[in-house]
Amino acid sequence: MRSSAGVRCVAARTVDLPTAEPGFIAPVRTRPVLTAPAPEKTEVAEPVNAAEVPWVTIVWNDPVNLMSYVTLVFQKLLGHPRPKAEALMLDVHHKGRATVSAGPREKMEADVAKLQGAGLWATMAKDS
Amino acid sequence: MRPFHRRFGRYNGWLEPAEATLIADLVDQVRQLLAARRTETPPDPLAELTGMTVGPTTRPVDPAVARLLPDFHAEDAELSAGLRVLHEPELIAAKDAAAVTLLDSLPPGGGQVRLDDSAAESWITALNDVRLAMGVRLQITRDDALPPGADHHDSPEAAMYQTYRWLSAIQDSLVTAMLG
Repeated sequence: MRSSAGVRCVAARTVDLPTAEPGFIAPVRTRPVLTAPAPEKTEVAEPVNAAEVPWVTIVWNDPVNLMSYVTLVFQKLLGHPRPKAEALMLDVHHKGRATVSAGPREKMEADVAKLQGAGLWATMAKDS
Repeated sequence: MRPFHRRFGRYNGWLEPAEATLIADLVDQVRQLLAARRTETPPDPLAELTGMTVGPTTRPVDPAVARLLPDFHAEDAELSAGLRVLHEPELIAAKDAAAVTLLDSLPPGGGQVRLDDSAAESWITALNDVRLAMGVRLQITRDDALPPGADHHDSPEAAMYQTYRWLSAIQDSLVTAMLG
């Protein structure tokens, strides 16, 4: 995770506006790609006792997400109070990952979707 | 750029004309990536009958798109494929909606940016998606080191890294104002 303090140092400096390379992120396409290879069909795997097995949502450290942003996302999307959100953010930062919520599979699936929607690297796992 | 601050329940910031153009261009590039990913799903006759939108089973080939749409499970590929089918369309739609909200609230010629709570949330999400995609393109893999090529003056990597840091500063100023 990137520390917010380092960012502020850069922000304080006067910088010339950087230029964007055209197509740096998205390749410039003249027309949409219509012939994507057809992926194989896969059945959704359903554990036998899905309702009884507790699941967890894990957030992994990455070098892009800002510490301030991760804290805000834990507060807004998971409803954690500020101190818990900050503690979890620091866990992710220092330990490389943290369990941010636990519960039934459907709930964890929803939490992972929410966190991925916000750009966090979130996965779910069966609690062990 | 003047950092965001909260005033009377609104988040106010200020952008130079060229800065507003740059943000619009980068957000649009992420929209293009997501739109290209959407067309990768072959039409499913059953889904078309039921009106349900289903996603592909496979992880995006482009690593920047894969970072925006990660697997749901770190080890279980089969589970990840099943959940991708279910959730990827809604994730792409949410990311695109945030990008559109940002573009709609961006003053075209630069100037004052005024955001309510909901628009501010869209801004930090859409700016984050741009930074995630740029982070992959720039090969940013560590918190504390420059990515390859970024230390060469006048290289495209150095210019893009500077843009990335500048976006980080904008996003952080808005997040800090929202944290209160």
